[in-house]
Amino acid sequence: MKLKAKTQRLYLVIGALVALGGAGALAFSTLGDKATYFYAPSDLAGKPAPDAAIRLGGMVEKGSLVKSGQTVRFIVTDNAKTVPVTYTGILPDLFREGQGVIAEGRVDPASGVFTAETILAKHDEKYMPPEVAGAMHKAEGRVS
Amino acid sequence: MPQRLSPRHHAPFPPRARVLKAPAMHRFANPARFLRIARWATPLTLVPGLLLTIIGLYIGLFASPPDYQQGESVRIMYVHVPAAWLGSGGYLGLAIASATALIWRHPLASIAARAIAPVGAAFTAICLMSGALWGKPTWGTYWVWDARLTSMLVLLFLYLGYLALSASEGEQGGERKGAAILALVGAINLPIIKYSVEWWNTLHQGSSINVLAAKSTIAPEILTPLLLSVAGFTLLFAAIVLMRMRAMLAEQRVEARARRLAEVLA
Repeated sequence: MKLKAKTQRLYLVIGALVALGGAGALAFSTLGDKATYFYAPSDLAGKPAPDAAIRLGGMVEKGSLVKSGQTVRFIVTDNAKTVPVTYTGILPDLFREGQGVIAEGRVDPASGVFTAETILAKHDEKYMPPEVAGAMHKAEGRVS
Repeated sequence: MPQRLSPRHHAPFPPRARVLKAPAMHRFANPARFLRIARWATPLTLVPGLLLTIIGLYIGLFASPPDYQQGESVRIMYVHVPAAWLGSGGYLGLAIASATALIWRHPLASIAARAIAPVGAAFTAICLMSGALWGKPTWGTYWVWDARLTSMLVLLFLYLGYLALSASEGEQGGERKGAAILALVGAINLPIIKYSVEWWNTLHQGSSINVLAAKSTIAPEILTPLLLSVAGFTLLFAAIVLMRMRAMLAEQRVEARARRLAEVLA
């Protein structure tokens, strides 16, 4: 049976999209964590310290922030593993304990300390007015 | 099987008798019927679109509280989120219209695709720019090459590629098949944009609104103006696309008349 031209084109387009989707899925599964913007502390744990500069992301552990002049030390956690970080420079406004952070820098293979050259604050998906954020966040002293 | 349509098919208003024989879905693809519907659908989307946008942006920019973390810069979201939604939603429309034009060869689908493309591109650009302006005070940087930001930039390039290819194919009097295929191939970027924040670690935060579960992590004072402006921008988008389609059909009609006149005079 000969298909009508437009039915033929319909199958052709569907077939092409399925093939394309398959190719895309294969490509992205191979790409894997190469396309990831940062590593969590758990991704680094148990592996030798990478040679190249990397990005480390996670939460700034509460109570871990120590400031001495321009230099800060804090611990990045993903609630499973932690990495100690040092950084000298100006921190972004949203940098604070209990919030997300992404640090760009290198791990010292001997001490395991991450020396950051750049710090970015990561925002989460929660939005609320200051009053609603309430007493919990007042403790952090950032409520205007 | 004729690959090219006869010139008769390209006439802006095919004779009615033929359309009535066509299957149900083609009823709405008849340009004359489309123009009758579009004539009242345009003000019906334009007026509430303008009203909702003004109300949504007024509440968002002046009458809503700041965010507990971001402070006043949260207000950028009332433009950024509708722009992101229409940039990607517009591309979905462009891909569907292009598939319809490729498979059923309907001239109205091709016109719809061409009408959507520059509007979607503009909203994608607004999304990228407003996002950069929000990123500086929030993250500490205008731009990073994370999966969400990069895939959104790719979306803008897909739009620009479609516009360029469609314009050049149009100049050669073709059916703009290449542009339609590009629009379809590019549709693979849409799930990548949507799930980029789940598949990879990104600087961009995950989604706050889950439409299917009707859940959100945004407080109602902030969510209400956001939804109003999303609705307003969406209706405005529809109105602009309708107006562009009407203008393009009118242009075709003028060209067809000029051609006929030239034939008569010759």
